[in-house]
Amino acid sequence: MPGKLKVKIVAGRHLPVMDRASDLTDAFVEVKFGNTTFKTDVYLKSLNPQWNSEWFKFEVDDEDLQDEPLQITVLDHDTYSANDAIGKVYIDIDPLLYSEAATVISGWFPIYDTIHGIRGEINVVVKVDLFNDLNRFRQSSCGVKFFCTTSIPKCYRAVVIHGFVEELVVNEDPEYQWIDRIRTPRASNEARQRLISLMSGELQRKIGLKVLEMRGNAVVGYLQCFDLEGESGLVVRAIGTACTLDKLSSPAAFLPACNSPSKEMKESPLVHPPSHGCRSTHNSPIHTATGSRLTQNFSVSVPTLIYTGTGSGSAGKEGGPLKALLRQQTQSALEQREFPFLTLTAFPPGLLVHVGGVVSARSVKLLDRIHNPAFVGIMGNTRSYKLLDWNSFNSDEPETRDAWWAEIRQEIKSHAKALGCHAVVGYSESTSICEEVCILSASGTAAVLNPRFLQEGTVEGSLEQRIEENLPVGCGFCHIPYDELNMPFPAHLTYCYNCRKQKVPDVLFTTIDLPTDAVVVGKGCLIQARLCRLKKKAQAEANATAISNLLPFMEYEVHTQLMNKLKLKGMNALFGLRIQITVGENMLMGLASATGVYLAALPTPGGIQIAGKTPNDGSYEQHISHMQKKINDTIAKNKELYEINPPEVSEEIIGSPIPEPRQRSRLLRSQSESSDEVTELDLSHGKKDAFVLEIDDADAMEDVHSLLTDVPPPSGFYSCNTEIMPGINNWTSEIQMFTSVRVVRLSSLNLTNQALNKNFNGLCENLLKSLYFKLRSMTPCCLCHVNFTVSLPEDELIQVTVTAVAITFDKNQALQTTKAHAEKSLQRASADNEEMLQFPLELCSDSLPSHAFPAAKEHLESASSNSGTPAAQRAVTVEKASPMGDGNFRNRSAPPCASSTVGVVKMTPLSFIPGAKITKYLGIINMFFIRETTSLREEGGVSGFLHAFIAEVFAMVRAHVAALGGNAVVSYIMKQCVFMENPSKNQAQCLINVSGDAVVFVRESDLEVMSAQQPAVNCQPSCTGEVTT
Amino acid sequence: MTSELDIFVGNTTLIDEDVYRLWLDGYSVNDAVALRVRSGILEQTGATAGVLQSDTMDHYRTFHMLERLLHAPPKLLHQLIFQIPPSRQALLIERYYTFDEAFVREVLGKKLSKGTKKDLDDISTKTGITLKSCRRQFDNFKRVFKVVEEMRGSLVDNIQQHFLLSDRLARDYAAIVFFANNRFETGKKKLQYLSFGDFAFCAELMIQNWTLGAVGEAPTDPDSQMDDMDVDLDKEFLQDLKELKVLVADKDLLDLHKSLVCTVLRGKLSVFSEMETNFKNLSRGLVNVAAKLTHNKDVRDLFVDLVEKFVEPCRSDHWPLSDVRLFLTQYSVSVHSLDGFRHQVLWDRYMGTLRGCLLRLYHD
Repeated sequence: MPGKLKVKIVAGRHLPVMDRASDLTDAFVEVKFGNTTFKTDVYLKSLNPQWNSEWFKFEVDDEDLQDEPLQITVLDHDTYSANDAIGKVYIDIDPLLYSEAATVISGWFPIYDTIHGIRGEINVVVKVDLFNDLNRFRQSSCGVKFFCTTSIPKCYRAVVIHGFVEELVVNEDPEYQWIDRIRTPRASNEARQRLISLMSGELQRKIGLKVLEMRGNAVVGYLQCFDLEGESGLVVRAIGTACTLDKLSSPAAFLPACNSPSKEMKESPLVHPPSHGCRSTHNSPIHTATGSRLTQNFSVSVPTLIYTGTGSGSAGKEGGPLKALLRQQTQSALEQREFPFLTLTAFPPGLLVHVGGVVSARSVKLLDRIHNPAFVGIMGNTRSYKLLDWNSFNSDEPETRDAWWAEIRQEIKSHAKALGCHAVVGYSESTSICEEVCILSASGTAAVLNPRFLQEGTVEGSLEQRIEENLPVGCGFCHIPYDELNMPFPAHLTYCYNCRKQKVPDVLFTTIDLPTDAVVVGKGCLIQARLCRLKKKAQAEANATAISNLLPFMEYEVHTQLMNKLKLKGMNALFGLRIQITVGENMLMGLASATGVYLAALPTPGGIQIAGKTPNDGSYEQHISHMQKKINDTIAKNKELYEINPPEVSEEIIGSPIPEPRQRSRLLRSQSESSDEVTELDLSHGKKDAFVLEIDDADAMEDVHSLLTDVPPPSGFYSCNTEIMPGINNWTSEIQMFTSVRVVRLSSLNLTNQALNKNFNGLCENLLKSLYFKLRSMTPCCLCHVNFTVSLPEDELIQVTVTAVAITFDKNQALQTTKAHAEKSLQRASADNEEMLQFPLELCSDSLPSHAFPAAKEHLESASSNSGTPAAQRAVTVEKASPMGDGNFRNRSAPPCASSTVGVVKMTPLSFIPGAKITKYLGIINMFFIRETTSLREEGGVSGFLHAFIAEVFAMVRAHVAALGGNAVVSYIMKQCVFMENPSKNQAQCLINVSGDAVVFVRESDLEVMSAQQPAVNCQPSCTGEVTT
Repeated sequence: MTSELDIFVGNTTLIDEDVYRLWLDGYSVNDAVALRVRSGILEQTGATAGVLQSDTMDHYRTFHMLERLLHAPPKLLHQLIFQIPPSRQALLIERYYTFDEAFVREVLGKKLSKGTKKDLDDISTKTGITLKSCRRQFDNFKRVFKVVEEMRGSLVDNIQQHFLLSDRLARDYAAIVFFANNRFETGKKKLQYLSFGDFAFCAELMIQNWTLGAVGEAPTDPDSQMDDMDVDLDKEFLQDLKELKVLVADKDLLDLHKSLVCTVLRGKLSVFSEMETNFKNLSRGLVNVAAKLTHNKDVRDLFVDLVEKFVEPCRSDHWPLSDVRLFLTQYSVSVHSLDGFRHQVLWDRYMGTLRGCLLRLYHD
């Protein structure tokens, strides 16, 4: 159905001088959408032109609206020669297409040129009139909302979570077309930017259609990536989680709705407490699934690992009827779907029942170069012609790529099944490409989910139901999902240290965020495993084979390193695990990042034992014992540093804040500890158990040394790669998002694996040290969502890109726990009502009915003494705003809020802003930029070039958000930063792809003021101003 | 392993005040790193030299990128590339335009031309300020001068508006512009004891009283030639000053003036006898300075003349400042009682300012 796009060009400022003679510019603007172009008048001789154009109107159908970007080109008029382009602005008008997001785009946009960077700004107003009633509108893919946030967005609640959606589109890369030889770099870059913009639009529209088919209305955890495959093309692929979301309007509206479901829950068989038998323990580290098949091209499917935990053991009986039941139920909901995957990393309370462990799969593929000139209908509509005009197009390609991914997903699915799980959460996919070799990776966390969330037609508001009311909250997710009698691998199990009823593994690895209700002791920390492996340069299939032969070893070593470092920290669980394997010409790099924590439900980790191979040598023995001592000291020091003092006791009576010592727990612990010392063979992998480090050669020595070289952050600093740091919840509103990039050149001669490892380790450690130093004025602070990306742009170059946010916290508030504790128990009485307030993550975490374990006292430090709400780890975001206050605020219609902070746009990789409430999601930001220079030295060398470019990218993101009426980007991510240099030619090129959710937030302090006095706070344009109402 | 590329970009631009100062002072990255090491920052933070080097480079790069914007401070406020809190923006601008006392004394009153710029090498050697910093300061003077030179209205206001400086700094720049425009000599040896503050004080008085803008009647015709109201001295006023000559040329008038002053001050000055003997010389000096101001050359020498004709004689007789004040006051006021003298208003406009200047200039 058609719509009308209206664009008005208001003015420009700070334009560059285009006419040297007059030091002025005769600027005019071309506005292009689809194939229609309008022009403004030429504004003579000014660097600050005031065009004040009429409304340019484009009549288009909504498919075009979704696919095409609005393209604004600023030019300098030249009577005698061709007009010179000053630069362009691409505006994604998607946010205007759904009713709840932005209604107008209006503001100053940086005018961007791929060669010169930002050259002045232009003020533009964009509106869309859709000619349709709301109902018809909903039938179109236009209405589907997209969120990068990997949790249910703050002002929505999930009615149904439908599941996995994916799509990919393929095209030829303009950079590799024959025409590229005769056109200018600028033209080539712009063709690329435009193509990717079109492809993203198309991809999003297609995903939207799939969501509508599933009867959803939104995609959460939307992750779109580009694969620059070089000559074989350009792949744009996306995954996400289809949901049906409801906007939270006012608390009153949903309070009653929630009571009935919870009542119904009581009747559900699921509520019945699972019966527990006694079990003895054990478990194993790694489950290997090997497979290798050849696709029509060449492909090696690499043996993949399932990380669950390590140890050893035997199994008891009683898988638990609950589990079986759950499995059955969810099967109906999930199994019918091809891939029961969720890209979410945080979940509405109650959804996540059990977590099995990390599942991952990789596959090495050869990119083919078959060019079948087939122009027809891959994309099945007219747009494809636009994409394809001069391309020859390989019609096999999308299917090929689809098949590749389908294969990997299938593998993931079977891994999950092996772990007794029917679903995978925290799911993500990535690629690493070097020449014609491509490693496809997928990973996620095998989990058992509560089926109620996944089915349509269950009682409305089902998401808030908590089926496991009698299951202790805070440890349920740790309980093993697999059947003990029929375990997929030998595992070391103990009774849950929290509830004492269910079995838990001794170590838990996951890719998700720490569940809000998880009971954690002390603070967490960033744990990284870093690994390099040299590989011979080879061609095609030999190369792919070499890589696939190396991969399992790398996986194993990464895992071992993670495990050792975890032990060294005295912790027992990893969250947000992300393992990146990067392929280069002559080496493979592995970088795993995760946040280690001590889960109260899991047993205390044993130490690390060092064993020597040659026990006869006395000095060697001495050396060994010296090392052992060092390791033990480090563990002790770390325990102190991260405040890990696990309670010796466990709580029996839920709700009682007073801990009671219990003998049994002590007994159990010692048992498990002793079993730690037992060296267990990991049968599936044929290597030693992770607890014991055997020093039998130099490599192993190296490993131990590297373990000890990791320096803890300076005092006042914490770091994690999850959303928030367990154990800290008194965040202030001071945040600083940053990107740091380093490229190092390795001295190429006689590189060994060891030297490489050392270099790589040093690079990462130094980078972290630099960050701590730079941000020292923010202490005490925590680096959250630390995201490392490694790439190998050339033979001897390693590039590491880090994006993270530093958040300051208030040390003094941290200790007011006991008071909050008392209030907590009070509140629990009324919790039944309150829990129905469904601010899916934050608030619900507050109102969890029954989380008072003694352990909780240690770490559930409440920042919210003023509101009296019990604070779980997530309490940060709800600090002051009581649910009621929040509701009141939302009732007041107008959100004039952005104005108070106009000019400042916050950016954060987190899904929330500390000390503030997100009141509106304005739409997804997904931008792709190319910057190129032929005067690298003049621009300050590679550092100057990239520094300026990244600053420009930030500026353009902020400008777009401000133009949408927003004041922040949440879930911001720099998905790609591809940097290429050619210093001898004085050239460099960089491609950056960023995305995030544009939002409006209101400071909680303002919130109170504002609800007191009606929206007198009106828009006051400040410098970057250009208020958008 | 060498670092090819090493950058840090924050959504809010990080500004390290200490590094900014080092950058402004014109130190190279290596020098700056060395100075930072000496400040003990490594011990305080536990950082390594490599970290410090990388950090310093980053800041220098940022400052380099910001410099273009600092040349036109309003641009810094409106640009989108660097997100900087307003207080930090103000700090960046203020510091960038802050100058060294030693430097400004060298160029005060000089033509802000290429020729002077060539002398910066010498100034750098003489003052110990890095050449880079000298250049920045010189370019700042010149830039401000160029922008406000042709502008109408209050000099200080114009500077504040176009460079967003604090009131204090804008006043200093007004003095620099005023001195550069009138090319007052400040470099002579006998003027070396004077500080920039002394000159700035005088400049402010002169701008307030001796320029066209000081008359307070804005030209009604906007096209009139009297555009630069605050920067140029009031030519008509300077012409009129010739009329004051009668005070010393007419012997009767001079005697009468002297006796009036002496009558009042007798017993009140510790240096009364010296004053009595020197009166005529001093008076001649002060009036002749006024009478000569029609010539550009003599305008330039105003401060030299004042020091030679008034400050030095008094100082050699060890006049205390309070006596100078008493004398100058009485000297100015007594003229009102001279019946034969018709240029009272002119006298007051001249002497009011001169008295203020002289009192400021009178120190060791």
